[in-house]
Amino acid sequence: MTTAVPVPHQPVEEWHQPSRGIVGMACLITAESAIFVIFVTAYLYYLGKSLTGPAPHDVLDAPIFATVCLLSSSITVHFSVHELRAVRIARSAWWLAATVLLGSIFIGFTAFEWYDLINHHGLTISTNLFGTTFYSLVGLHASHVLVGLILLSLALIFSIAGKVTEHHAERLEVLSLYWHFVDAVWVVVFTVVYIIGR
Amino acid sequence: MSLGIIRPLADHLFPFAQGSRCIAPCGNMPSRLHLALSLAFGQSSTSIFAPEATPAHYIFGLSMFVLAICASIFIVVAGLLLYALIRFRHRRGFTVREPAQIYGSAQVELSWTVIPILIVVVLFLATARVIFVTQAAPRPEKSLDVVVIGHQFWWEYRYPKLGIITANELHIPVSNPNDPMPTYLTMSSADTDHSFWVPRLAGKMDVIPNKVNTMWIDPEKVGLYVGQCAQYCGVEHAKMLIRVYADSPSDFEKWAGEQARPALQDPSAAEGKAVFERNACANCHTVSGTPARGMFGPDLSHMASRATIASGSVPLTEANLRAWIDNPEQFKPGVLMPAMHLSPHDLDAVSRYLMTLR
Amino acid sequence: MLQFLHEWITTVDHKKIGIMYILYALVFLLIAGLEAILMRIQLAVPNNTFVSPQVFNRLFTMHGTTMVFFVGMPILFGFGNYLVPLMIGARDMAFPRLNAFSFWISAFGGLLLYFSYFGGSGLYGAGSAPDVGWWAYAPLTARVFSPGHSTDYWTLSIFLSGIGSIGTALNLVATTLCMRCPGMKLSRMPLLVWLYLVTGVLVFLAVSPLTAAQIMLCIDRYLGGHFFDTQAGGSAVLWMHFFWIFGHPEVYVLVLPAFAFANEIVPVFSRKAIFGYPAMVSATVGIGFISLTVWAHHMFTVGLGAGANAFFTFSTMLIAIFTGIKIFNWVATLWGGNIHFTTAMKFTIAFLFQFPAAGLTGIMLSVSPFDWQLSHSYFVVAHFHYVLVGAILFMIFAAFYFWYPKMTGRMLNDTLGSWHFWLFVIGFHLTFDFMHIPGMLGMPRRIYTYEADRGWAIWNMIVSSGAVFQAVAVLLFAWNLVRSYFKGDPAGPDPWDAWTLEWSTSSPPPSYNFAVIPTVESRRPLWDLKHPEDPDSQYE
Repeated sequence: MTTAVPVPHQPVEEWHQPSRGIVGMACLITAESAIFVIFVTAYLYYLGKSLTGPAPHDVLDAPIFATVCLLSSSITVHFSVHELRAVRIARSAWWLAATVLLGSIFIGFTAFEWYDLINHHGLTISTNLFGTTFYSLVGLHASHVLVGLILLSLALIFSIAGKVTEHHAERLEVLSLYWHFVDAVWVVVFTVVYIIGR
Repeated sequence: MSLGIIRPLADHLFPFAQGSRCIAPCGNMPSRLHLALSLAFGQSSTSIFAPEATPAHYIFGLSMFVLAICASIFIVVAGLLLYALIRFRHRRGFTVREPAQIYGSAQVELSWTVIPILIVVVLFLATARVIFVTQAAPRPEKSLDVVVIGHQFWWEYRYPKLGIITANELHIPVSNPNDPMPTYLTMSSADTDHSFWVPRLAGKMDVIPNKVNTMWIDPEKVGLYVGQCAQYCGVEHAKMLIRVYADSPSDFEKWAGEQARPALQDPSAAEGKAVFERNACANCHTVSGTPARGMFGPDLSHMASRATIASGSVPLTEANLRAWIDNPEQFKPGVLMPAMHLSPHDLDAVSRYLMTLR
Repeated sequence: MLQFLHEWITTVDHKKIGIMYILYALVFLLIAGLEAILMRIQLAVPNNTFVSPQVFNRLFTMHGTTMVFFVGMPILFGFGNYLVPLMIGARDMAFPRLNAFSFWISAFGGLLLYFSYFGGSGLYGAGSAPDVGWWAYAPLTARVFSPGHSTDYWTLSIFLSGIGSIGTALNLVATTLCMRCPGMKLSRMPLLVWLYLVTGVLVFLAVSPLTAAQIMLCIDRYLGGHFFDTQAGGSAVLWMHFFWIFGHPEVYVLVLPAFAFANEIVPVFSRKAIFGYPAMVSATVGIGFISLTVWAHHMFTVGLGAGANAFFTFSTMLIAIFTGIKIFNWVATLWGGNIHFTTAMKFTIAFLFQFPAAGLTGIMLSVSPFDWQLSHSYFVVAHFHYVLVGAILFMIFAAFYFWYPKMTGRMLNDTLGSWHFWLFVIGFHLTFDFMHIPGMLGMPRRIYTYEADRGWAIWNMIVSSGAVFQAVAVLLFAWNLVRSYFKGDPAGPDPWDAWTLEWSTSSPPPSYNFAVIPTVESRRPLWDLKHPEDPDSQYE
C-alpha cells in the first residue's frame, strides 16, 4: 500500500513515441478503408447480375483527365507540406491552392458525368443493381473528396489570412495523409469500376 | 476445392460416417447413449438425438464424438482449476509474504499449444468427412423430387414429376436401405428468409429468396416427423410448423394419386363453392378444376386430406376451420390472411364446402 | 447543482467520461434485463398469451440490440477510458474532445433507439420499436416487409453509436501508442492495455463494415436501391456476409476487455505475476486476426457449399487454440499462488469455469454438421449467453468490485457482494445451463410461443425461474453501488496491494492523474517499489 510515485533509478534513454495526429489519422484511414472494401465488394459481387437496364460498358467512359487531376493533387499537397516545413509559407499556400483547384476539377467532372448518366442514359441509383452499386461507391468516394476539399479550403483560408506558421506543419501533414488516402481509394475505385467492370 | 488428401485420411481415421447407421469409434456406445439420452430428454418428437434418417444419423454419430471430446476437455480443465483453487487458497497464518513469482515456462506453454492443435486437427478431419457425405453428396439416381417454397407463414410443396401442388403437410415414401428412394428437396423462398428444420430427419437448411438450396432425407420408418421454420421470418415465424408424413410406398402412391386429380366437386356443397368463388378467396387460393387460381396462399384443392390448418398449428375440424375463416388472427395474430367478414350462413356453407375437398 | 451538471456535461476528462459510459450502460442493463424477464414470462409455459407476437418480436430485437450496443460496448469502453491512461502513466486520452463527442453521440443513439417505443401505436403495442431481430436480416428489412420506421430506428441508432465506437477506439489506439510514460515499452504495458489496443483495432475493422451495410440498407429503403432487393437480383446472403463480418469480431470486441480484467485481477488475488505474458500478448493478437476470418460460421445453414463450410469450421476451431492458451495461463497463474477469495475474485473464478464451458459449446457449434442441427436453436442462445453473461458480465461485475474503490474512494460492501455473487450464480446456471436442452430437443429461437407436445415446456419453466434470481442479484448490486458511494469504507489508494500504475494515485485520482509523470522499469512498477530486493526488472 503506497502513495509513493515511482522514480527512475537511472535516466532512461531517449523516449520517442509516434505522433498522435499521425496515429489518429492512420486509425481513421483503417476504418474508412474497411467501409470502402465493403462497397467495392458489393460492386464486384453484383457485376453482370443486373436483371435489366444499362450495363457498365454501355454508358461508362473512363474519366482520365479527372483522374490525372486528382492524383496530381496528391503531389501538390505533398509539396505544400514540404514548403511549410521549410518555412516558405507563401509557396505552401500556392501549392495548397493548386490542390484545392485540382480536387474541385475532379468533383466537377464527377458531377458532369452523373448529370449525363441520369439524363441521357437513364441510369439512376434505383434503375438496377449496376446503378445502385455505381452511385453508392463513386458517391461515397466523392463525398470523401468533398470533405477533404472543405478541410483543405479551410487550411488555405487560414494560410492566406496569415495564421499558419511552420508549427502547423504536422497538422497539415495529417490532413495531407487523409488526402493521399482519398486518392488511393480513387485508384481502386477507378480500376474496379472503369477497368474491371467494363 | 482440392481436398484430395483430406477425404481419404478422414475416411481412414473415422469410418463411422460411412453407410447409413451411426457407427461411432467404440462399438455399442451409440445405442446405449441413444437410450440414455432419450430417457433423459423424454420422448421429444423433435430431439436431435433421435435420428430417423441418414443425414440425422451422420450428424448424431459426429455429435457424440464431439461431445465426448469436449466433455473430456472440460473435466480436465475444471479439475485442474478446482485443484488449484483448493490447494493454493490463502490460509490464515500463512507466513510467506508472497509466493514464488513464476513468469512462464517454455515447455509447459508449448505442450498446451501443441495438444490443442492435435485435437483441432482430429476434430476437423472428422467434421470434413461428414460435411462431404451430406452436403456434397452426389444427387441420387432414384429419388422423389419435391420443390419446397417458403412463404410468410406457410410451406408450399410441389412434386413436379407427379403434377402435385400442396401445402404444409409433406408426404414422402419411406426409403428402404437396400433399395434407397430418398426425397430430394429443392428449396427457395417467395418472400423473406426461412429455414426448413425437421430435427429427426436432417440438419436444417435455410430457404432464401433468389437462392436455391437442396437437401435430402430418407426416413426408414413410417410415421409423422415434425419440425418448424428456424429462421425468423416475421410476426408468425413461431407458427410455421412442418409436418412430414413418411408413408409406406403403397400408401404414398395412393396419396399421390388422390392429390394429382382435380379437386372433388361435391354437389351438396355447391352453395359453399359459390360463396368461395364470389368472395375474395379465389384471389389468394387455388382449387384445381375451378376458377379459383390465386397463388398467394396455400393450394386448397385437397385441404381436407390434411390433418391441420394454419401451417400445422390448428387441427382441422369444421369448427376450427369456420373460426379460422371468420378471424384468422385469433389463432395466428399477424397472419397475412385477412378476416373474411362473411355472414354466419356463408361461413357455414364455405366451411362445409372446404371440408369436402379431400 | 447546475454547476455539477455543467461540469459533467462539458467534461473532457477520461475518468468522468468513463464513469458516464458505465452509468449509462447500467441503466440500459436494467432496461434490457426487464425486456428479458418479459420474454421469459411469455415462454415459461406453452401457448402463453402474456404478450402478443408483435410485442415479443420487438422485445427480443430490442433486448439483443440494447445489450450489445448500449450495454456491452459502453460499459467496456467506460472501463477502458478510465483505466488505460492511468495504467500507462498518462494524464488523459490522446484526443479528449473526441472522447467526449464519442460518448455523447453513442448516448444519443441509445436514446433514439428507445424513442421508438413511443412511435407507432404507442407503448403497449411496443410502438415502432424494431422487430427484425438484432441482425436485421434482409429482405425482412425491406420497405415491403417492414413498413413504417421501426427498422430505421434500428439502423440510425446503431449507425450513431458506431461512430462513437470508432472514435473511442481511435482514442484508445492513439493513446496507447503515443502517450506511454517513459520506460513503458510496449512489452511493459499491463495486459489490460494490450487487450484494449487489439480491441480498438478490431473495432475499426469490424464496426466499419456494419456502418457500410447500414448505409446500403438506407439506400435500399429510401433511395430505391437494390443492394438486398431479391426481386431485382439482389442477394439476401450478401447482407448476412456483411453483417457477420461485423458480428463475429464484435463478440471479440466484447470479450477481449473481459479477458483484460481477468489479466489484472487473477494475478493480484493469486499474489503472483501473470504466467506467460508474451504468450498472452501473442494469443491476443492471434485471436484478433483470426476473429476476422470466421464469420460464416453463423451461416453454415445458408447453403454456401461444402468447401466454405469446411474452411470456416477450421478457422473457428483455430481460435480455440489461442483462447485455450489464455485459459491455461490463468490456471498457471493461480498455481502455486496464495489465493484470496474477495468478491472480485469470486466472480473471476466463476468466469474461469464458465468461459471454457462456453468455448466448448462454441467448438460444438463450429462442427458444421452439428451446427446444422443446433444453429438457430436455443442451444445457440444458451451458448452465446454463456459467453456474454457467464464470461463477460461476470468479469464486468469483477471489474466493478476491483476498481470501484479507485473510482470513488469507497469499498463496495462485501456481504452484499456475496449475496450478489451467489444469487447470480444460481440464477445464471438455472437459466443458461438448462437452456441448452430445449435447443437439443429442436426448439428454434425467436419464437413467441411453442407447441405443448414437443417436450420443451418443463425446461422453459426452469430457464424462466433462473431469471428471478438474476434480477434480484442485479438489484442488490445496484443498491450496493449506490449505498457504498455514501457509506462504504474509505478505500485508500491501493486497497488490494496491487502492482500497476493506477494504484499509485489517490482514490479517486486527481483530475491530472499524476503530479509527476512516472518512469517505469518493468511490467509491475509498484511491485518493484514494494519489493526492492526482488524487483521484476531484473527478470526482463
